[in-house]
Amino acid sequence: MTTAELIAPAARRPVTSQHLWGRVGIYAFLFAMALFFLLPLYVMLVTSLKTMDEIRLGQIFALPAQITFEPWVTAWSSACTGLDCTGLRVGFWNSVEILVPSVVLSILLGALNGYALSFWKVRGANVLFACLLLGAFMPYQVFIYPLVRFYAQIGIYGSLPGIVLTHVIFGMPVMTLLFRNYYSALPSELFKAARIDGAGFWAIFISIVLPMSVPITIVAVIMQVTAIWNDFLLGLVFAGRENLPMTVQLNNIVNTTTGERAYNVNMAATILTSLVPLAVYLASGRWFVRGIASGAVKG
Amino acid sequence: MTSVSIRNLEIRYGQHVVMDKLNLDIRDGEFLVLLGPSGCGKSTLMNAIGGLTDASGGSIHFDGRDVTWADPKDRGIGMVFQSYALYPTMSVRRNMSFGLRIAGVDRAEIDRKVAWAADILQIEHLLDRKPAALSGGQRQRVAIGRALVRDADIFLFDEPLSNLDAKLRAELRLEIKKLHNAIGSTMIYVTHDQIEALTLADRIAVMKGGVIQQLDTPLNVYNKPANEFVGGFLGSPAMNKVDGGFETRDGSLVFDTGAFALDVDDYPFDQRVESGQKATLGIRPEHINPANGSSKHYSGKLSLIEPMGSDILGWSDFDGISLSHRLSQEDHYTVGDSFPVSMDVRKASFFDQATGNRL
Repeated sequence: MTTAELIAPAARRPVTSQHLWGRVGIYAFLFAMALFFLLPLYVMLVTSLKTMDEIRLGQIFALPAQITFEPWVTAWSSACTGLDCTGLRVGFWNSVEILVPSVVLSILLGALNGYALSFWKVRGANVLFACLLLGAFMPYQVFIYPLVRFYAQIGIYGSLPGIVLTHVIFGMPVMTLLFRNYYSALPSELFKAARIDGAGFWAIFISIVLPMSVPITIVAVIMQVTAIWNDFLLGLVFAGRENLPMTVQLNNIVNTTTGERAYNVNMAATILTSLVPLAVYLASGRWFVRGIASGAVKG
Repeated sequence: MTSVSIRNLEIRYGQHVVMDKLNLDIRDGEFLVLLGPSGCGKSTLMNAIGGLTDASGGSIHFDGRDVTWADPKDRGIGMVFQSYALYPTMSVRRNMSFGLRIAGVDRAEIDRKVAWAADILQIEHLLDRKPAALSGGQRQRVAIGRALVRDADIFLFDEPLSNLDAKLRAELRLEIKKLHNAIGSTMIYVTHDQIEALTLADRIAVMKGGVIQQLDTPLNVYNKPANEFVGGFLGSPAMNKVDGGFETRDGSLVFDTGAFALDVDDYPFDQRVESGQKATLGIRPEHINPANGSSKHYSGKLSLIEPMGSDILGWSDFDGISLSHRLSQEDHYTVGDSFPVSMDVRKASFFDQATGNRL
């Protein structure tokens, strides 16, 4: 072979016009979609900052002429739900009281289930797992009436333990699936080594498996926080009058039909209610995508 | 130090029989290697000894004590795995002491044992690191240390060097051998690597299909394979195999392959063979050498040369039969050369064609 004369390459990849227009098209489409999804948020935000007089002008896209935070204060502390005029504040703390034990318990139990299913050769593990999965795909509504009857029997209907238990039960299939999939990727030799070291069921779970579960636990927390915070139906049915979550109170505020509709207060209340999941999404987008990728997200 | 006796061990997964009526005796302080291709049941046998797989039948005894149904932790074993199986969230020190902490041993004793094991394995400087910050060789040392700390009577090694590169493998192999000499515990070692088996073992159990094919010293397993499988499995470059039959010519017994006839009067037969009997000759490349005068020789045509560093391997054609053989380092060869070779029939093996057993 002779050494061929090499042609010097261009300094950078040549840009063809076809390529260029393709790019422009993609950006135009993405921009339009972003606008489409952001518009409602924009309208809510500006409306919540307007006075009722300004809202009555009917220009929903206009920026507020005079910014007022009055609707936000009202929504938080003095908006009326029926006869009770204490705002969303109560609902917020109710939701927190429901959220914290529900998230902690459902994740702990899910991790324990996943651990038992993937490491200990439980007799009939596959059948158990199939049953759990079936539970994940059943519509909630099917369970409501039997659960109401059952809770009434054991005396926890319409109480904080009742709603927490409900969230734990309904979170179980997805949490188990999530943790089982994560644990089945861990080498089984790790588990064998621990058994030879003399560790039993709980020692292995607490000393070895749980410390390794940090990434998947973050995913689980994100999923459970958003799911439980956004829940309306279960809270309405099981929480009881004293513990109604924020979503239910929001509904009550927005749907109060007496007198003038305070659109600015409604908007402020809605944004307040969605702040928690919104913050979780924004703070943990990367982890959330990972959760979806691990194949365990239900609509 | 502990001896192991396995009696009629049977392991089944549902209908699938992995092991049937296996018997094995391992002496006190012995280094026994279980060698075989993947799926031969060697790891299953080790897991059964360790108590990680339940026996479906038969029994396992340590020093005469029945441990068939004992928990892994009550057997006095330490196990080292191919994937190291270190606890990723614990430091090396905590990895090594985990078993003792579970057992509730007091702190001073734990510190003393960890320091002792770390000294033997030369990992003192790594004690406060996490496994992720260690190289493969260091991780495997830690895994061995974890078994050491537990004062195990029996060490089980499940392909411990298979994840390491060739140089490290040789290094750690040597260290395992030294460790065995130093502490004298009974060691059982599973591998598919014949070099590891030959270098480490007091005795090798060659396995296939859940059955021990041969249990003997490395030299005997290599030089006097009990059957055709063992002969073919051990040795790299592999043993040559040629089919043929025995005949009596001029009063002496020869093995006729069709291409050449081998005088087998010097071969130490285990069984009587008769004229007309079919057999397979197994002869290792190092027992076929360029002839130097006196002995009987066979002429072949060189078709391929494989230099292997310490040796030069040649492939020659003997009237349609291709055999690999050793070439002398001093002489120069070219493909196409014809030259005589001698075959050392005393070091060859003959196998029965029907059973595959050594004749």
